[in-house]
Amino acid sequence: MTTISDAARSLNSALVRRSIIEQSRRAHVGHIGSALSITDILVALFSVVLDPSDDRFILSKGHAALAQYCVLEQLGVISREALDTYCGDDTHLGVHPEHALPGVLFSTGSLGHGASLGTGVALAKRVASKPGRVFVLISDAELNEGSVWEALMFAGHHKLDTLCLVLDNNGQQALAPTADVIDLGELPKAVESLGWSCERVNGHDVDALAAVLSTAGAGTPRFVIADTVAGKGVSFMEGQVKWHYLPVNDEQYAQALREIG
Amino acid sequence: MRKQFVSTLVDIADADERIVLLTADLGFMVLEPFAERHPDRFFNVGVAEANMISLAAGMASEGFIPFCYSIATFASMRGYEQFRNGAVLHQLPVRIVGIGGGFAYGSAGSTHHALEDIALMRVQPGVGIVAPADDAQVDRALRDHYARPEPMYLRLAKETQSHPELSGRFRWGRLEVVGDGDIAIVAVGSMAGVALEARRRLLTEGIPTTVAVVASIAPPPTDDLVALLTSRTACITIEDHRPTGGVGSMVAETIADHALSVWLIRRGVSDPPGATTGSEDFLRRRNGLDVEGVMTAVRQTGLIPA
Repeated sequence: MTTISDAARSLNSALVRRSIIEQSRRAHVGHIGSALSITDILVALFSVVLDPSDDRFILSKGHAALAQYCVLEQLGVISREALDTYCGDDTHLGVHPEHALPGVLFSTGSLGHGASLGTGVALAKRVASKPGRVFVLISDAELNEGSVWEALMFAGHHKLDTLCLVLDNNGQQALAPTADVIDLGELPKAVESLGWSCERVNGHDVDALAAVLSTAGAGTPRFVIADTVAGKGVSFMEGQVKWHYLPVNDEQYAQALREIG
Repeated sequence: MRKQFVSTLVDIADADERIVLLTADLGFMVLEPFAERHPDRFFNVGVAEANMISLAAGMASEGFIPFCYSIATFASMRGYEQFRNGAVLHQLPVRIVGIGGGFAYGSAGSTHHALEDIALMRVQPGVGIVAPADDAQVDRALRDHYARPEPMYLRLAKETQSHPELSGRFRWGRLEVVGDGDIAIVAVGSMAGVALEARRRLLTEGIPTTVAVVASIAPPPTDDLVALLTSRTACITIEDHRPTGGVGSMVAETIADHALSVWLIRRGVSDPPGATTGSEDFLRRRNGLDVEGVMTAVRQTGLIPA
């Protein structure tokens, strides 16, 4: 039974995006494109889908953690003062998330770990007959990591239907478009052949995301391809590989906030 | 030793539902007793060690105590970053069980010789490292310590071992000391048999030695080592492991940290990469890690009683 708090209900993508730009500007740190890319997925998960007591969430693409920090602040899980320590000294809010921070289950940042960790959590829940689903948010380039496929094979074979992998399919990685680096081919066929069900959804439509992600798995783990745009919401960042790393200057900052509204 | 491990684990799992056993497709004719007794808590994850180690961290985060079984090389290295970022970073009770430390896999060849696993595990903070000398120590160490909160690496030999001199004792962070002589032979668990036999034969030559078995590698038996080495003239460390990062290094660090005045001779595996292979006995002999080699090292100190 999902219990959604008032804070969760009022979670808002524009506010999260605004917060991402502000914190990124304040800390003069990049990875903005990735954070904006997953914003709507996180909003759907934390406002509608996740049961805070039984469900688990793992941000496997740890470099987009700023988006999660901003969501956790809006939910009241961490304070504004804590959020303002982002990338400062003596903080748990680094570029990549630390599990000592409330709301963070696993420290991530090295790609290819979250799918296996989530598979372990889902397996544990099955063995212990505990309720709850497990959501792991991975990046498309993360599929380059062989360990993700080890997890896909295991979870598919064992029909871990409480497990849901959400793919932030923004088509970009650190140096180039994913299609130019390692073309992922016909991904739905690949995962379906390993025993997963695969669905596709607009990764910036919170209602559509919430509907797809709220659907429980039936006999198979679920692989949700969320089609996204890196840098979503800021025109000059959208689909631009360079915004994987760059911080914003004053002029870009002002324009970004104007566009987000 | 593998069979003792499984037999003890079956017992523990009977009484503790948190125990799960994962294997990366190894353990034929070894793991069946557990798989048959607790099929719901036994998983062959396939030939996928990295997944196994992260999977274990995920299960441990939900309250389980997972044991991850493979050959020591694969167990310690294929999922090393998964261990570091998972069980170690989150201090979860994952147990990596590496079978065949040192040259135990002999003729299987160099890809199967675990010669740096102790070094790799020693640099990770908060990891317990246990290298039992015999089956009785496997049983004792598991029963007394399986539920500790920190992650662990168990370095096990393949075959059954028994060293009655050790009386089956295993103590966390302690040495097991046998005999009394001015020269100390400090042996990693798997080399206990060689060290004890060398001690017996040296004694018949009128050369008394002290054998100290390091079965608890981490936490290191620092207090016991300081007490031992404060009153000895020479110390020979023997390990079926590279000379860097293992028990010899641990003793060197203890000597340096405590400004001890003792002559340290470190014996480990000095074979170059790509050396020819052979049986465990042959490979130990070539590296001076057999009984004769250890006796020679003792004699070469020149510290022989008149």
